[in-house]
Amino acid sequence: MAQQRSFQLGTGLFILLGFAALAYLATQTTSIANFRQGDSYTLQARFSNIGQLKLGAPVKMAGVRIGSVSAIDLDPVKLDATVMLAVSSRFDTLPDDSSAAIFTSGLLGDQYVAIQTGGSPEVFKDGDEFILTQSSMQLEDLIGNFLAGSGGSSSSKSGTSTPDAGATTDGPTPEPAATNPNQP
Amino acid sequence: MSDSNKAPSALTAGIAQVGACGLFFFSILAAIPRSLVHFAQTVKQVWFVGAMSLIIIMTCGLFVGMVLALQLYYVLSIFGGTGALGTVVALSLFRELGPVVTALLFAGRAGTSITAEIGLMRATDQLSSMEMMAVDPLAYVVAPRFLAGLVAMPLLACVFNAMGIFGAHLVGVTWLGLDNGTFWSNMTSSVDVWKDVLNGVWKSVAFGAVITLIAAFQGYTTAPTSEGVAHATTRTVVQSSIVVLALDFVMTAFLM
Repeated sequence: MAQQRSFQLGTGLFILLGFAALAYLATQTTSIANFRQGDSYTLQARFSNIGQLKLGAPVKMAGVRIGSVSAIDLDPVKLDATVMLAVSSRFDTLPDDSSAAIFTSGLLGDQYVAIQTGGSPEVFKDGDEFILTQSSMQLEDLIGNFLAGSGGSSSSKSGTSTPDAGATTDGPTPEPAATNPNQP
Repeated sequence: MSDSNKAPSALTAGIAQVGACGLFFFSILAAIPRSLVHFAQTVKQVWFVGAMSLIIIMTCGLFVGMVLALQLYYVLSIFGGTGALGTVVALSLFRELGPVVTALLFAGRAGTSITAEIGLMRATDQLSSMEMMAVDPLAYVVAPRFLAGLVAMPLLACVFNAMGIFGAHLVGVTWLGLDNGTFWSNMTSSVDVWKDVLNGVWKSVAFGAVITLIAAFQGYTTAPTSEGVAHATTRTVVQSSIVVLALDFVMTAFLM
């Protein structure tokens, strides 16, 4: 009888260990681990292109996760993407001139929304909208700009093609213009 | 097993074997309600096939996770994507390696002993004496082992996965110096409970059923000699390995 008890105890411990492992896998290694945020408030941001941004993607500030993307929709009038950001109520002191940008984490990583702080004394309230946004960088656009900028001698063409990413296209364009006079 | 067939061809013998195994499966299912009378037998078998397999499962899980992290770190560093190590290790463990490697280990550790035990019961006429004492051997011997396999396999696979993640963390973060936060945050943002973790659990339930079915069938229908038991044990390992890997392909295609 004592032997019977000992293997019943061992079986019980084994089953508990198995379920503990399942609970660990389900809660610590999956996307459920990201849903442990308590109260949140919603901010809205409009982008001309969201790239591969998905529902539940992280919202980060200074690299720290402060919320997640709660909804993505297309505005039928303005024809741009409206993204709802659920930001944890702990971070309720975001200046209302902060800007939102869509970045990619690493080379193979997912896309996320990064918020850069502004300097306004006023703070965002629930339902407010970002005025300054920067769309997702499209690799194809960057390559296209680079080819257009380095191939043609006129730098005005590439400058007007994508006003969205103007800061990055202005960089490479003056260089071919400076090297071109040496060639003839 | 019908031994009255006069020299059937290998093909018809194989088909008959599959058919006999299928009928055996249904007779186990029919015996499960009766086996609940002998519930202590089921508990004892869960202890034997599950708890006693823990050491091999945990050790192998740890090493599989470690080697996976090492190999994938090398491959990902070529593309500059080592940040994705946690994601890739977790997805390949949960979806594929966890259930399959656990099933192969389970077939070697628990499947063989089920076949040998039932086969020796057959060879020493214990099964016939049970029938004479009006104890149904399917309900008393076979069904508890089948239920135990059904319960133990997914739990073992979960333990294997958890140990694998631990091993990958050990190699990736502690040894190779990957950032701890990147490792976990990339993993948690890409792994889904329903699509990835439970996918592996369903697979391991199916593998547990198939392995214990084959092991019990081989033991139950063994030739009642020591050579027959030896052949039955070998067949258990060979057949369950093949069936597990083939079933894995089919289930992956369906559970995508």
